[in-house]
Amino acid sequence: MIETLRALMPNVAIESGPSTDQPSIRIPVDALVGVAQTLRDRPELAFVLLVDVTAVDWWPREPRFEVVYHLASMTQRLRMTVQLEGQNARLPTLQNVWPAACWLEREVWDMFGVVFEEHGDLRRLLMPEDWEGHPLRKDFPVQIRLKPRYAEPLQVTEEEFRANLARDKAARADAPGR
Amino acid sequence: MESTLNHYDPELPVLTTSVDKMVQWARRSSIWPVTFGLACCAIEMMAMSCSRYDIARFGAEVFRGSPRQSDLMIVAGRLSRKMAPALRRVYDQMPEPKWVISMGACASIGGVFDNYALVQGVDQIVPVDVYVPGCPPRPESLIYGIVQLQKKIASQRA
Repeated sequence: MIETLRALMPNVAIESGPSTDQPSIRIPVDALVGVAQTLRDRPELAFVLLVDVTAVDWWPREPRFEVVYHLASMTQRLRMTVQLEGQNARLPTLQNVWPAACWLEREVWDMFGVVFEEHGDLRRLLMPEDWEGHPLRKDFPVQIRLKPRYAEPLQVTEEEFRANLARDKAARADAPGR
Repeated sequence: MESTLNHYDPELPVLTTSVDKMVQWARRSSIWPVTFGLACCAIEMMAMSCSRYDIARFGAEVFRGSPRQSDLMIVAGRLSRKMAPALRRVYDQMPEPKWVISMGACASIGGVFDNYALVQGVDQIVPVDVYVPGCPPRPESLIYGIVQLQKKIASQRA
């Protein structure tokens, strides 16, 4: 299978990695979208399903991040990895190849801070919206003494309550159609 | 029942007691918990409410789906930071008087999960009346916790 892929993409350096369970390849980041499209569209490969996107943080080693894609076709499986340099790692999104990448990439960004370019909806998925930092990075502290955030109930005095009622009544009286 | 009454005369069809004791008796005899299972402790909580352990014997069997109808919250399981505002909101929606049981090691102090994702003890979010230790506590432990809470209610001013 890897030989088939190499024959189809002669310009890309496709490394086969050590693996016990399923074929594993490592590709350069600038060839990511091209390789993904080939893997999906060629009938002899036909990796129609993106099972998972995850990442590995090798801090303090460089290249620091390794983004891992698990792919499946009807007959075979493949693990595809991309290595990324540095603190602010970036790579292109694969949403145009597999729409399933949307939430998986959001999760990887949430946990590792790896930015997927042109993702369009890179919001927090698992952590609270106002969270700072990316907790699965190796330099993120394991035990954080952070006060949990929660909302206090709104306290309204009787005068404020009556004032609100009067204001709403006045607004209804002024409304058109009355 | 005699123990809560001040005077009982078999000749007269009349009981005398104080309002305090009457209210305490009414409150502790029908504790309605709100359904708030968060993790594996909830399985033990369900076992406690079912026929084998049966907290109906203690008047606490009606698990309500709405916080507005309940007066006990059993926090059963680990509380994540993202869940904390929801827990607080459910607690705030419960009418007074209300009590909280922190069930298990995770809810009480964070348990084995000393990490970024979990609140290290629900007493940072809501006031807790009874802590039930265990991982998870057996249904008997939780029943013991509820009985302790009933004793606590009996000693509170109405």
